[in-house]
Amino acid sequence: MTMSETPSEPVVVVKDLHKSFGPVKVLKGISLEAYQGEVISILGSSGSGKSTLLRCINMLETPDAGTVTVAGETIRLISAAHGKSRPADQRQVDRIRTGLGMVFQSFNLWTHKTVLENLIEAPIHVQKRPRAECIEEAEALLEKVGIAEKRNAYPAHLSGGQQQRAAIARALAMRPKVMLFDEPTSALDPELVGEVLRVMRALAEEGRTMLVVTHEMGFARDVSSRVVFLHKGEIEEQGPPAEVFGNARSERFRQFISK
Amino acid sequence: MNLVFMWETFLELIAAVPTTLRLAVTAVGLGAVLALLLALCRTSGLRILDWPARFYIYVFRGSPLLVQIFLIYYGLSQFPEVRHSAVWPILREPYWCAVIALMMNTAAYSGEIIRGGLLSVPQGQIEAARACGMSRFLAFRRIVLPLAIRQALPGYGNEMISMVKATSLASIITIMEITGVAARIISDTYRAIEVFLVAGAIYLAINFVLTRCVAFLEYRLSGHLRQPLPTRPRVTGDSP
Amino acid sequence: MNSPGFFETFGFGPDGWGAALAVGAVMTVLIAVCGFAIGAVIGIFGAWAKISGGPVARAAAGTYTTVLRGIPDLLVIYLFYFGGSAVISAAGRLFGNEGFISFPGFLAGALAVGVTSGAQHTEVFRGAFRAVHPGEIEAAVACGMSRMLRFRRIVAPLTLRHALPGLGNVWQVVLKESALVSITGVVELLRQSQIGAGSTGRPFDFYVVAAALYLAISTVSGLALQLAEKHSRRGTGRAS
Repeated sequence: MTMSETPSEPVVVVKDLHKSFGPVKVLKGISLEAYQGEVISILGSSGSGKSTLLRCINMLETPDAGTVTVAGETIRLISAAHGKSRPADQRQVDRIRTGLGMVFQSFNLWTHKTVLENLIEAPIHVQKRPRAECIEEAEALLEKVGIAEKRNAYPAHLSGGQQQRAAIARALAMRPKVMLFDEPTSALDPELVGEVLRVMRALAEEGRTMLVVTHEMGFARDVSSRVVFLHKGEIEEQGPPAEVFGNARSERFRQFISK
Repeated sequence: MNLVFMWETFLELIAAVPTTLRLAVTAVGLGAVLALLLALCRTSGLRILDWPARFYIYVFRGSPLLVQIFLIYYGLSQFPEVRHSAVWPILREPYWCAVIALMMNTAAYSGEIIRGGLLSVPQGQIEAARACGMSRFLAFRRIVLPLAIRQALPGYGNEMISMVKATSLASIITIMEITGVAARIISDTYRAIEVFLVAGAIYLAINFVLTRCVAFLEYRLSGHLRQPLPTRPRVTGDSP
Repeated sequence: MNSPGFFETFGFGPDGWGAALAVGAVMTVLIAVCGFAIGAVIGIFGAWAKISGGPVARAAAGTYTTVLRGIPDLLVIYLFYFGGSAVISAAGRLFGNEGFISFPGFLAGALAVGVTSGAQHTEVFRGAFRAVHPGEIEAAVACGMSRMLRFRRIVAPLTLRHALPGLGNVWQVVLKESALVSITGVVELLRQSQIGAGSTGRPFDFYVVAAALYLAISTVSGLALQLAEKHSRRGTGRAS
């Protein structure tokens, strides 16, 4: 699906990202590149800015300064009052968002639609793809995440783990270039975490580009190709998991993983 | 817009305010007693009390108040037995017919509001009262009712405002309260907009005062739900 | 009773009032439906103004709901009926028509009922929008849906689903309020009953039948709304 990019070109480029909420500076100049097929785990304690970083990539939060480039296309921002920015072209943002599959902590499935309807909503109405094709693809995706039998169920009748798997399938249904995961297992009961992580691991193994904000150390260590540790809005440590987990330079990161 | 005309209208309408208030106060006062009875029947757990109360509430909430007023004022006079009975001097009076209809109507709505309040009282509160040796009646009077009233007050406040508005229907059976006087001035002068503005302002003022009163009462009755005042800790800090 | 029997009077025979009352009931439903629809349109704009309007729109919507909650519906009907006539007559004079032109009662009634219920619609829609989980809207944003598409596919259906119980209550209020439109001379259920009561001298019977018909309309429509609600609640986990 995403074979067009040459390996040397990053799919997502974040350059010198700044974001503050009121007086609080949440991101203080973050730069990050994600290459095709990379799985990047973003770690950090709460308040480190890791979720904000992810939400700035698909413009759910608009960065105050810095740029986000997806598949070579830079999102154009113009400055607004009080040192803030806003997207110059909302249609550009909407278009780029379809290439970024977002998975939320609290699933955020649309409660008035069945699982299948959740999956085909954006492909049909945003991407304007033919309905039959969307349904066929959605069914294959549900099969893949292991909830094919729930296609006509409403989200409220699913367990948390099933809801999150459906939400992952919904994000995949847009054929995204990159998957963004915002603490996908944090709202789940411990016994349901495994089934979601298994799905994510399978996606990583097929070579999908993924940015994962997570608290799951096992996932970060075993599945990701790179680990990024954020502290107070800055990248404190990054590198391949074997390197950073075995031999971290940052004292804070050593403390963080020892907890 | 003629200010002199509006001032004259204002003076005429203000003279009708006591009639409106008397209707509302009498109806709400008598209605409260009937409402409490209905609520007790509904929560009694006895079918023989529950079902008639249910039916009463269904009928009075499901049909228009104006129909109820007509039924009492015009309807009852159809029967010679009523016309020759001892209550005829009351039922002949449009004022009392309006009061009775308003009272019976508001009782149906506030009965359900009070029932909600009664049901909101936690079982543990009642058990604690009974464990202190309170009789059922004493526990109801001292513990359940005050808690229920506090809970039902916001809803009851809205119902009182509805009743103030509903008194306007009495004008249709010739009572000269605010809307009655306003309608007379409109049909004399055809200046509906000006009269509407003045009459509307008077109703708004009455309901504003009523809302403030209910809010004040709510404040007084909810001390247990409020945070202690920020100045308090200094005082309590002295005690060990 | 020596006059014709109850069933003869209210039947569909040559001397029966059945057909006339049925037509009146249809008229009542028509007024209520039109008033409800006008109110819903006002309510959508009112809620929109309160949620995402500028300071002026918010203040206007706030004033509208406060005022309409505080003044009697009857007064609003007088405003539209007599005020409407005054406005058309003034317009008529511009075109050389010196006479008094009366405003159609149905239109005045539907508008008045719409404007009063619009205040309730506003609060219902606003509360329903607030009940929508923000995450579901954010998910739509993240999928690249435009503002319009988001509203049409996600926000509006979810809001409507949360609004249904409240809209049911507003409908019941509107239905009963429609009885007030009888004062404009529109021959709806209550007006037809007044006519029947006057010409037969049996006001009690006619108003009881009217009340029963109102109850029937409100019960049947209430059941229909309950079904609609149940249908829309599928998938929320509360349905089964």
